[in-house]
Amino acid sequence: MEFLTLIQVLDATLRLATPLLLACLAGLFSERAGVFDIGLEGKMLMAAFYSAAVAFVSGSVWLGLGAGILASVTLSMLHGVASITFRGNQLISGVAINFLAAGMTVLVAQSWFQQGGRTPSLLGGARFEGLELPFAIGPTEAAAADRPLGQLIGEASVFQQFYSELLSGHSIIVYIALLCVPATWYVLFRTRFGLRLRAVGENPAAVDTAGISVVGIRFAAVAICGVLCGIAGAYLATALQAGFVKDMTAGRGFIALAALIFAKWRPWYALYACLLFGFLQALALRPDLIETTTGVAVQVQLLDALPYILTVVILAGFVGKAIPPRAGGTPYVKER
Amino acid sequence: MEKMPRWADVVLVPLISLLLAFGISALVILAIGENPWEAVKLMVSGALGSTYGWGYTLYFATNFMFTGLAVSVAFHAKLFNIGGEGQATLGGLGVALVCLMIPWPHWAIALPVAMIGGALFGAAWAAIPAYLQAARGSHIVITTIMFNFIGAALLNYVLVNQLRPDGAMDPASANFAEGTHLPTLHDILAVFGIPFSKSAPVNISFLIALVACVLVWLLIWRTKTGYEIRSYGQSEPAAIYAGIRPVRITMIAMLISGGLAGLMAINNVMGEAERLVLNSVEGAGFIGIAVALMGRSHPFGVALAAILFGFLYQGGAELALWMNIQRELIVVIQALVILFTGALDNMVRMPIERVFLRMRRG
Repeated sequence: MEFLTLIQVLDATLRLATPLLLACLAGLFSERAGVFDIGLEGKMLMAAFYSAAVAFVSGSVWLGLGAGILASVTLSMLHGVASITFRGNQLISGVAINFLAAGMTVLVAQSWFQQGGRTPSLLGGARFEGLELPFAIGPTEAAAADRPLGQLIGEASVFQQFYSELLSGHSIIVYIALLCVPATWYVLFRTRFGLRLRAVGENPAAVDTAGISVVGIRFAAVAICGVLCGIAGAYLATALQAGFVKDMTAGRGFIALAALIFAKWRPWYALYACLLFGFLQALALRPDLIETTTGVAVQVQLLDALPYILTVVILAGFVGKAIPPRAGGTPYVKER
Repeated sequence: MEKMPRWADVVLVPLISLLLAFGISALVILAIGENPWEAVKLMVSGALGSTYGWGYTLYFATNFMFTGLAVSVAFHAKLFNIGGEGQATLGGLGVALVCLMIPWPHWAIALPVAMIGGALFGAAWAAIPAYLQAARGSHIVITTIMFNFIGAALLNYVLVNQLRPDGAMDPASANFAEGTHLPTLHDILAVFGIPFSKSAPVNISFLIALVACVLVWLLIWRTKTGYEIRSYGQSEPAAIYAGIRPVRITMIAMLISGGLAGLMAINNVMGEAERLVLNSVEGAGFIGIAVALMGRSHPFGVALAAILFGFLYQGGAELALWMNIQRELIVVIQALVILFTGALDNMVRMPIERVFLRMRRG
């Protein structure tokens, strides 16, 4: 395989891993605080629709991002009310949220835009454009030289190819998502809030005894989860693609959940897991590459199913045991 | 002392939850600029106003009875089986293999074997998550979700590479032979001289689903295994103390659950499509969750809830046809039913309990 082809696949990996990473970190906050969340998928989907819709109507992608986050946080609060306030089953609440998003997005999209449950295509300022890092070869250089961008990059040095194709040219959300990893690590493991959040997920009674509100911390965690899912959804509809289409999350919320287990609820490992699953998705787009490099034809369906199979293997404890936060899934009942 | 009488627990709470779900659905219809009352009228006339409508309502209800029972049996053992979708998908494969491999002379011989095939494949797909939960402690909710996706990919592979007839473009198996075609309700009622729509897909599987409801009731409340399943679901330590083995009960409950989900395929694959297509389950596995929650995991409740959802499903199709309301309205109603009867149960229950306590005191 040529070096440039490899770089291109890695470039696609980074782009496809971004929504997974944001959703995975979202789940990390929620589950570390003891609230299981299988509604990541639904929150992303809702955010994807509202960000695309508002971005189309207003022409501003930033307003779209805000709307997406708002929609996602609303669903988060619903999850919080059901599973924290009313101590309902967190898994059932998550399932309900997924269906609510799947149905509502199509209903509202049809009512607003009459295009069979999708938004019109987003153009110009209604989308996140790629950021050009300094000294990288990008569309401006291509326009100046009046030649196609791919040709220019193909002629550049190996280092320049690596820099321009892989590191430069992504939308700002890709860089934000990458920065979220150390930020999450810092918040969870180096701040008082993070210590309390993790404690609430392991032993809420102890936190309660210390005079800290278990409900408050859990709601904060769920809200952070909503914000991150909102960014992930907005990225799908306004950066990765140009507009919302029905069911566009396509199971990414569940892959993120798989990545979270794969990473055993740790931020840096979450990054690696998401990059791995993003790589599998990138490979599934280029099945010809595997055949030319390894000489073995791999079924696309196998690549599609691989994240899920890997997760089951991890869950089964064959490759180190994945132990979830101890109080995960159980509502906290204060002693009376 | 019970906080409230039994009838309030069994009837009142689910009814109020259902009304809340429908009320919010009506608001959703209003919000997208349509008239909820018109929508209800259209749904009733479309789903219940003709034998054709009834035929579709009962056809969908058959699917939901099987998946609802599947979720219920697992619920009794306090296991949340979200994998009904994947198990029904694999059940479809089992039924299709039975129908395609052997030249059946008559449906009456083909049906029992197809039932075994569907149930076996469905149970097998539930067996791995069940074993991992029971023996290795991996969370069954996550593994069954994963198995839904793996099942979809597996079916895709099998249809595209193995079962697709030569020269065919779409990923679907060949049509089943004449000898496997099940009698529809039209054929059955014609024997008694009762007219019924000829084009509606409801078939003999509906009667089998009703029998399955009775059998599940017998199993859960009248057998030793059912007793063990319920005790395990009520209290694991107590069950272990009573000599009930968790691994065994988890396996049994999940195998029955998966088998029931797989049985659904005699309705949609053998009875309706008469070939295996991609995504033949169409979300029925997930609707089973709503059906089981609404039916309080009791077979009688499940049967009623399944017919209600069959009505919603067929009515929703009519809405999509005649009004500017997408079919996804049903998904919203389904979500709200799951939300109110499942996750927000306490929100409805607590005030009612308070009312009853006050009445008793005063």
